[in-house]
Amino acid sequence: MNRRTAHLLAISLAAGIFSFAAMPATAQKLVSSISTHRVLINSSFTGTELVLFGTIEDAPNAEIGKYDIVVTVRGPARSYIAREKARILGLWVNARSREFARVPSYLAVLANRPPREIGSPEFLRANRIGLQNHIFTQQIGNDLADVTHSDPFREAFLRVKTDEGAYISDPNGVTFITPRLFRAGVSILGTATTGDYEVETLLISNGKVLAKQQTALEVVKTGFEAFVAREARRHGLYYGLTVAFLAIFAGAIANLLFRK
Amino acid sequence: MSIYLPIAELPINIFLVLGLGAAVGFISGMFGVGGGFLMTPLLILVGIPPAIAVSTVPTHMAASSFSGTLSYWRKKLIDQSLALILLAGSLAGTWFGVWFFSLLRRLGQLDLFISIAYIVLLSGVGAMLSMESIRAIIRAWRGTPAVLRRPGTHAWFHGLPFKMRFRQSRIYVSAIPVVAIGLSIGFLGAILGVGGGFLLVPALIYLLRVPTTVAVASSMFITLMTMLLATVLQSMENHTVDAVLGLMMMVGGVIGAQFGTRAGQAIRAEQLRLLLGILILGVAARVAADLIHKPDELFSVIAKEILR
Repeated sequence: MNRRTAHLLAISLAAGIFSFAAMPATAQKLVSSISTHRVLINSSFTGTELVLFGTIEDAPNAEIGKYDIVVTVRGPARSYIAREKARILGLWVNARSREFARVPSYLAVLANRPPREIGSPEFLRANRIGLQNHIFTQQIGNDLADVTHSDPFREAFLRVKTDEGAYISDPNGVTFITPRLFRAGVSILGTATTGDYEVETLLISNGKVLAKQQTALEVVKTGFEAFVAREARRHGLYYGLTVAFLAIFAGAIANLLFRK
Repeated sequence: MSIYLPIAELPINIFLVLGLGAAVGFISGMFGVGGGFLMTPLLILVGIPPAIAVSTVPTHMAASSFSGTLSYWRKKLIDQSLALILLAGSLAGTWFGVWFFSLLRRLGQLDLFISIAYIVLLSGVGAMLSMESIRAIIRAWRGTPAVLRRPGTHAWFHGLPFKMRFRQSRIYVSAIPVVAIGLSIGFLGAILGVGGGFLLVPALIYLLRVPTTVAVASSMFITLMTMLLATVLQSMENHTVDAVLGLMMMVGGVIGAQFGTRAGQAIRAEQLRLLLGILILGVAARVAADLIHKPDELFSVIAKEILR
């Protein structure tokens, strides 16, 4: 055994002992399941409600109020332009703008009580709990960075997305059915962005994250909707000619029907 | 009852879209205008992304104007030679307008330019139409004969070469002003994202002295051709034409256009012009109010891919 491997071994041993010490006597586990992993968009799609069920395992003396659950759902990343109107020569026109680069198109933070009661502001920030504590990267010149929480563009972005219903903060979104069994309702809007959504469930007690579970769901167009979207993208010319023909057909039919 | 729009990626109430289509189709048939200057803002108002609205509205206008064109064709109200020369000018103007559009976008503040151009153009055309038609109505009420077509008076462009006789329109005029009108309509249409019928009808009536019914019928034929072209071009270039949204608007639109065409023929020409003038002024006032009033929310957020 050379010096280098001995060194590595010592570090990993130390790390192992440290992590063991940090663990509570009984290691609680999270087991959860979501009602569907594939949301299908068809012609009658107007949004849907998903249910996440979970249990806290290996928690012998659990009682309501001892554990906290925070469920965070993040939609596919998209880039957005936020614009601020200003009065120039008596007219309200778009003046300053900011680009939010690759931020969640959908963000839901569900908990069994308000996050500020669950942990300290530092703890919430470190674990990205609550809408404010997510990272909203802004493109500033060539740099990508998140700014302070009080930045007017950041506040406005969160406000507009919350008004649209794309960002949800629900301090009563998680309900404990028994001290160990909980459920959370996740609403997906009709305007949902298609793609992969990540669902993260955190088990918290006394200001510590005891367990974390991640799962995913997918929002996809299906049937006729998927066909139209695909053809529009792949065969623009034929798609356009078909729509133009439909327009002529609709006009001709109406003319025949109404002809006296 | 809702239906999901595959390109706009949102659900929308079927009856809302059918109703909007019918209302705009009625106006379209009545005045021989495409109705884009009404339909595009209305769609944006109900939540359709602007890029989808701008490129889907032409499908609706194509359907309404085909239905109307057939009616006018049977009544032989379309001046074919006039329409073809205008169309040639308009297509060249559209190409030039698209080029100017991207130039303005590079310079920034395209939105502001469009709003101001809308206000200036709409209030100018609307005021001119309303005032002239009010004068005509007063004349008719007093019983003095109409002096709209004065045989002896000639505008400066009547001296230009390449004179052509347009039989249907009962005018004998140089081809140069006709092509120039077509060019300007195509140019402005491409910049403002509208068919341009609301500019073409008054231009034909007041500049070329084409009878109102022939002007309306010929304008509808030109709208049909440019809107069919716009549908295909937008599908090829931007992939933003929503077939489901377009189809629903068409169904409402063609029915509305039929009733509109009849209503337009039942009303006296000067009253029809006054109504169109008031309508155009109303839209101009609305655009101006949006610019002058302080909005409730100063910030707006738009997805970056929709911008492109």
